[in-house]
Amino acid sequence: MVPKKDVLLEIKDLRIEGYSDEKWVEIVHGVDLTLHKGEVLGLIGESGAGKSTIGLASMGFARDGCRISGGSIEFDGMELTTTPESALRALRGSRIAYVAQSAAASFNPSHKIIDQHTEAPIQYRIQKRVEAQEDAMQLYERLRLPNPDEIGFRYPHQVSGGQLQRAMTAMAMACRPDLIIFDEPTTALDVTTQIEVLAAIRDIVDQFNTAAIYITHDLAVVAQMADTIKVLLKGEEVEEAPTAQMLDSPKEDYTKSLWAVRSFKRPQKQRPTGADAIPIISVQGIDAAYGKTKVLDDVSFDIYPGMTVAVVGESGSGKSTTARCITGLLPPTKGQILFNGEALPPRYQDRSKEQLRQAQMIYQMADTALNPKIRICDIIGRPAQFYSGLHGTALKSRVDELLDLIELDPAKFYNRYPPELSGGQKQRVGIARALAADPKFIICDEVTSALDQLVAEGILKLLDRLQQEFNLAYMFITHDLATVRSIADEVVVMQRGKVVEQGPKDEMFTPPHHPYTDLLLSSVPEMDPNWLTTLLDERGTDAIGEAANV
Amino acid sequence: MGDILQLVLKRLGLGLVTLLVVSILIFFAVELLPGDIAQAVLGQGATPETVAALRDKLGLDQPAIFRYFQWLGGALTGDFGVSLVSGVSVGDAIGERFVNTLFLATYAAVIAVPISIILGVIVALLRNTLFDRVANVATLTSISSPEFFLGYILILYLAVKTQYFPAIASISPDMTFGELLHRTFLPALTLVLVVTAHMMRMTRAAIINLLASPYIEMARLKGVPPWKIIVKHALPNAWAPIINVVALNLAYLITGVVLVEVVFVYPGIGQLLVDAVAKRDFPIVQACCLIFAATFILLNLAADVGAILTNPRLRHPK
Amino acid sequence: MSTFVIAYYALLIGGSCLAAYFKKRELFLLIFSLTLVSFVMGIIGGVGALRFVTIAAGILALAAGTSYAFREFLIIIAPEGVAKELRTAPLTAAFGMFVIFTYAIAGIFAPVIAPFGEAEVISSAFAPADENMLLGADQLGRDMFSRIIYGARNSVGLALIATTLAFVMGAFAGLLAATKGGWFDQFMGRFADVIMSVPSLIFALLMLSIFGTNLAVIVVVVAVIYSPRVFRLTRAVAGNVVVMDYIEAAKLRGEGTWYLIRKEILPNSTAPLIAEFGLEFCFVFLLIAGLSFLGLGIQPPTADWGSMVRENATLISFGELTPLIPAAAIALLTVAVNFVVDWMLFRSSGLKEV
Repeated sequence: MVPKKDVLLEIKDLRIEGYSDEKWVEIVHGVDLTLHKGEVLGLIGESGAGKSTIGLASMGFARDGCRISGGSIEFDGMELTTTPESALRALRGSRIAYVAQSAAASFNPSHKIIDQHTEAPIQYRIQKRVEAQEDAMQLYERLRLPNPDEIGFRYPHQVSGGQLQRAMTAMAMACRPDLIIFDEPTTALDVTTQIEVLAAIRDIVDQFNTAAIYITHDLAVVAQMADTIKVLLKGEEVEEAPTAQMLDSPKEDYTKSLWAVRSFKRPQKQRPTGADAIPIISVQGIDAAYGKTKVLDDVSFDIYPGMTVAVVGESGSGKSTTARCITGLLPPTKGQILFNGEALPPRYQDRSKEQLRQAQMIYQMADTALNPKIRICDIIGRPAQFYSGLHGTALKSRVDELLDLIELDPAKFYNRYPPELSGGQKQRVGIARALAADPKFIICDEVTSALDQLVAEGILKLLDRLQQEFNLAYMFITHDLATVRSIADEVVVMQRGKVVEQGPKDEMFTPPHHPYTDLLLSSVPEMDPNWLTTLLDERGTDAIGEAANV
Repeated sequence: MGDILQLVLKRLGLGLVTLLVVSILIFFAVELLPGDIAQAVLGQGATPETVAALRDKLGLDQPAIFRYFQWLGGALTGDFGVSLVSGVSVGDAIGERFVNTLFLATYAAVIAVPISIILGVIVALLRNTLFDRVANVATLTSISSPEFFLGYILILYLAVKTQYFPAIASISPDMTFGELLHRTFLPALTLVLVVTAHMMRMTRAAIINLLASPYIEMARLKGVPPWKIIVKHALPNAWAPIINVVALNLAYLITGVVLVEVVFVYPGIGQLLVDAVAKRDFPIVQACCLIFAATFILLNLAADVGAILTNPRLRHPK
Repeated sequence: MSTFVIAYYALLIGGSCLAAYFKKRELFLLIFSLTLVSFVMGIIGGVGALRFVTIAAGILALAAGTSYAFREFLIIIAPEGVAKELRTAPLTAAFGMFVIFTYAIAGIFAPVIAPFGEAEVISSAFAPADENMLLGADQLGRDMFSRIIYGARNSVGLALIATTLAFVMGAFAGLLAATKGGWFDQFMGRFADVIMSVPSLIFALLMLSIFGTNLAVIVVVVAVIYSPRVFRLTRAVAGNVVVMDYIEAAKLRGEGTWYLIRKEILPNSTAPLIAEFGLEFCFVFLLIAGLSFLGLGIQPPTADWGSMVRENATLISFGELTPLIPAAAIALLTVAVNFVVDWMLFRSSGLKEV
């Protein structure tokens, strides 16, 4: 048992209310939390779990439209719920600091980075301006920012996202606080940049023995950062345990479902061989541009009937743009796309109804992919009506059949509107809409990345079953390697508009790789708590610093 | 600074083009008049001789495009032709009245701008309190009232019943400045009431929008005191919206001024325009419209240029 | 000190004590600051000023009571879904709806309500009010009250027609521009910019000087002036919808423009468009009233509020309130519509936390 005097923050039965529809609604329902000096606590949960709200409450802060309605928050012997605002203010920035999710939005665009950094130390009379600036530069150096003596004198928009996030961590450190709240500090970053920020945060928290609350929805990330993990669901605690224990033996069903490493894996299929085997989609040397910016450079790959090709890459790599070229939304400037051996017109407006029917798309955000004002039966029924001319009872029975296929009860869902459905159900409706056209080829654009693990797995199984049943070909755009492992037959790796490597899945997961594939594969956080340490040892700290400063 | 200069020049160019298009619109709208302009102006009862004389005076024998350039060239040097009704030069008829109108608008702006921005900021800081709601209802009411309604209420209570101020804002060049301010107080106050309400609402919205940005929350979480959040973190980013609000409302004053001048019988360009419209005195109508439109376009231009110049992202390019 | 003054202060101070006791902070601040203001007003304006405050408070209370009752009435008669929305309506919005309702009744049943015809001369010019004429006669000896009732039909009706026309043109062009994109979108945007770069009243005056002042011209000119505003808003609202994946899905399905507009975009744009209709109506109504006031709008002998103010303006110099009544009628309707729009915008913006 840790002695009581080491306790830095103790929250008991915290209740927070939010104002909506002209009344106060409780959004955090009595959460307890204990944090010792120098300890890092990971708060994880889906959006709406209340993790940010709890994080801010531990500074005695509630956003506009929220209020702390009950419980106690004791920070180093001080009861924050009854402390007057002026005393709380003196605490913020000096003893408790905050690192926000989007550094780009959280730095004031009108002031230089270093002036924002030194604001708190000067205000609290901890340091004079010159001292504070020197200290800032030292912190920048420790956080391995390039040109530490100069970078602070730039304006926020002149610095890249990953660097800005590190500068914000440095700013939080300015007064050497006892506690830092990290609110999803790497969520907005690419995987290869994320590593560097994670390493920097972990280093500096270690060096100054600062306690921290690390808020995230990414399990693998929290496993690297936290000593203890607390799982939240809809404003309530599910369970809390030391990291290793939590990863090895979660107790609650909800936690287990989060932890469930993809058990689903289907056998890898091989390309059909022989002269008559033609790809259903053949992308041949396409270039594409938005205005004058070239975004695709000589992209080629084939997709054969009944196979799944995963296209992976970071944001900006051109994977979604490739999909836009295939669907005809963005006509390529060079090259062509063959469908079943026949060239497709570049613009979708010029394609025949039959060509449009054959290739369908499933979107990442089911929220924006389904029109909220149209009933489920009409969403699914429209393609059937549009392409096959079904109507009346024939149309109704087709919609029922499709709802059965996606495992939703027709009697229950036929007349519902999308906003009444859960995320997973919406995604299923999206799949049914694609199926209703009776296609041969479906583009799946990050279809599982907005969903919880368990729901995502259900979607993947469904997609696999449908593939078997209808001999569908999938182009699977994703950044999640676990998804690639479970469902792909072939993999295409893209970087900055180019295909850097492609081949069958088993080859892609065995070295040697193209250096970028290597960087990408190794940068994706894994559940192993030692993953980051091992990786940093392997790469060498200097090398990684450079990789992220690109 | 290259980017910013380019943006400003681009915006200036766009403003110029708009002005040109508007001048074309104003000139050629009159050409849309069904039938012969001279006939339409003089009416059916006019003798062929007088019609011919007017045609000659207007230069109607020449092609419209030629007359347009002549008109535009003249307008640039202040020569708008001759009034069809009185025969005096349009430039002379407008000259002094335009100064009067500018005086009235400036008078109103000098009072309204500081008051409304300060009140707007206060209301934004006190948002969702009772004070804010009362202010909301009051400004909405003020915006919804026609200018002549406010004007006559002021006349009734401040001129007729109490005789603090004159009901008719007649002015002459030999008045002292103090007398001038006293005489034109009621029309100015009418404009102030309308514009202040508009400006307060817009300032409030702009400030609230600004206070919701993550960097303001960050400043609060750094323990920055409230006054410093406003002065150091909000204000430097608030210039663009505030400049915008001011320019838009000054532009709004221009429209309001027409009705107010009529209510208070103030010798400004607005009243001239209304009289000319009733008499179908096209040269005067065209000239007044061009002046109003040009002022309006210039103010909007100023707002946009101001927003560009105060944008920190543009002032400190990468 | 009259009993009125004593009762006045007793009520205010008692009220503030009660508010303070029940910890109604804002109410207390309101009543107590009113007390303090009353001291000053009482000293300057005497009992008259205090009576004015009392009457104003009484009118406010009456309006609040009416609004409350009207809202409850609407909640009871409205279907389930609408009633739920109505419960969130503030009193100002309820007041607005009540006023709009009253105007609609007055406009529709004008011939039944008005005791005299709108152009009927029944007495001498500017005759004072008597048992026959509620508000006296106008400059030609016509019944003021009847003309105000008819004005509801003429002024509001004309503004409604013009707004509807502006709305149909602007919204249709906006939806089309958002859906089509490309050069059509660009061209329409520029075109709207040019029209909007001329102040609306000035534009209207220019057009009326050319085409004369008959009703059809006014409707078309006003519609042309305001349709760019509707166009811009519709374009912006529809622009947010057009980028949604479901629109992309429908486009890729091969759906035509008309289907996209009707089935996919319009259902998701109605809420802000309805609010905009209210706002536009206010602008149009004020513009037409202004034109009429200038003598360039609705022409006599048709009863119209704007021209009535102008025609009877001379009475004001005799301290008469009558000419202000039509002006107040204009203001009241615009305020009412604005109150309702304000609430609707608040509902649809979703910015409840701000």
